[in-house]
Amino acid sequence: MIMQSGFSHSATMTPMPEPILSVQNLVKRYGDATVVSELSFAIAPGECLGVIGPNGAGKTTTIRMCLGLTVPDEGTVTAFGLHMPRDALAIKAQLGVVSQLDTLDPDFDCAENLLVYGRYFGMQDAQIRERIPALLAFASLTGKAHAKPGELSGGMKRRLSLARALVNNPGLLLLDEPTTGLDPQARHLMWERLQLLLQEGKSILLTTHFMDEAERLCHRLLVVDHGKKIAEGAPRDLIRQYLEPEVVEVFGNGALALADSPLKTMAARVEVSGETVFFYTIDANPLLKALAAHPQLRTLHRPANLEDLFLKLTGRQIREDA
Amino acid sequence: MSTQAKHLSVWRAPALSMRWWPVFRRNWLVWKKLAIPSLVGNIAEPLMWLVAFGYGMGALVGKVTVDGVQVPYILFLASGSICMSAMNAASFEALYSAFSRMHVQKTWDGIMNAPVNLDDIVLAEMLWAAFKAIFTVTAILGVMLALGISYSPKLLVAWPVLLGVGITFSCVALIFNALAKGYDFFTYYFTLFLTPMMFLSGIFFPLEQLPPVVRTISQWLPLTNAVALVRPLFMDQWPTDWLRPLAVLTTYAGLGFWVALALTRKRFRA
Repeated sequence: MIMQSGFSHSATMTPMPEPILSVQNLVKRYGDATVVSELSFAIAPGECLGVIGPNGAGKTTTIRMCLGLTVPDEGTVTAFGLHMPRDALAIKAQLGVVSQLDTLDPDFDCAENLLVYGRYFGMQDAQIRERIPALLAFASLTGKAHAKPGELSGGMKRRLSLARALVNNPGLLLLDEPTTGLDPQARHLMWERLQLLLQEGKSILLTTHFMDEAERLCHRLLVVDHGKKIAEGAPRDLIRQYLEPEVVEVFGNGALALADSPLKTMAARVEVSGETVFFYTIDANPLLKALAAHPQLRTLHRPANLEDLFLKLTGRQIREDA
Repeated sequence: MSTQAKHLSVWRAPALSMRWWPVFRRNWLVWKKLAIPSLVGNIAEPLMWLVAFGYGMGALVGKVTVDGVQVPYILFLASGSICMSAMNAASFEALYSAFSRMHVQKTWDGIMNAPVNLDDIVLAEMLWAAFKAIFTVTAILGVMLALGISYSPKLLVAWPVLLGVGITFSCVALIFNALAKGYDFFTYYFTLFLTPMMFLSGIFFPLEQLPPVVRTISQWLPLTNAVALVRPLFMDQWPTDWLRPLAVLTTYAGLGFWVALALTRKRFRA
């Protein structure tokens, strides 16, 4: 993570090289609802750009527009110097996609899934077969070459989807919530694989609901809500920019009363969520000393993180469609 | 530039390329794994109809007059029912199986993430369903030859005609595939369209038996026109009027494919 923030810092300092994917003023409406509104962003070669936002923020629609599957009402998408949707096939030939829901072929085993998918890119069978062992190894599925998706765990299926997306050796990967629904082990293995791909120089556009995932993998983040970009920057920079560095969470009997007590003045900002009071502060020491007078309360002192940022920017309330 | 996309009509001309081929091959690879049970299912039922009705009813009916020629009932039935088999095989594939791939398994969504567009996928599904039809037809023709129902050399011409029949019905079925919310929807198509058509297209009895109004309707049904082309070939004759049935079938196929493509584009545009 230290290495990560170092990288992202330098990425923000140096001028951006010719982007591999560039999205300008994208707008998508369905009837009266504007799902994506004036959205612009770009991905540099070798960069991992994370898109975070609540359900219904327009993340998947944006990815679909990048793929030419949904036609934007306004705006442009260019990738590899080509224009979407005019050059859709030429662009997709250089993309790897893992969609939110697996679209693996249930009738084929893992190796056949890769073979058949490679054919869609116009690859020769011999050429694909040559790549299959390495792709299966990358997905930690070497022993499962002849297992069908129905026999695989959730994590294995996602890794097979990732391997399938790599069959054409793409320069840019579009990953729509690649780790949703996975257990921590499977998620960590997926992160490790994505790190390897970044080291190989691939670019990644990643949507996620996991803030630790975003922080670990992404050089830069885009926070979107209601189809609009509400913040953009390196994860650490965003936290610095929007939040006080320290957080003290207080919960337990009588915690809620503190939100309106004189303790409030010791924090820059106080938030209440459920039974917990969040004190955001530059220096937590005076507050912690004062809290020692309330031994019945439980406190958690920690640095501010992306989750705090996300909740600050998009609110704590549950969305209707969540 | 910015608003041009909005005006892209779903009714624009099909954009077809050879990229349908890997999609067709995908279906072929799945089917190869299940070919034998699938073959049994495809030919067992039509053969039961043929044997039960052809020999059973045929003994009661004797001969039937077609265009002034007396033919055994089994030949009359066989030449009609093979068109029905092509229709059923193509329809099942373009409805239930294509819907599974399109909607249930999301196979089409996966394919569209690769450089293959929707038009080519629809074309591949159409040709695949037609292939299933011609495969079934070939197997049934083989059994008919073995039973000695017809040895007409013109069966060699009937074979590509039946491929055309398969194409026609897969094009039409894909319209209903594009409209379907679930498998139940297809029951309507089968019970309201295909089953009545079976009885109104001169397969089991000559069209002359029908009341004049119904006969007029029948003249415009695709299955009637398929039978009009195929039956003479079974009787070792050339169809006297081949242009009209061919034109009707081609129109159904062409319009059917265009409408199916437009509705499928609409379905995927959301």
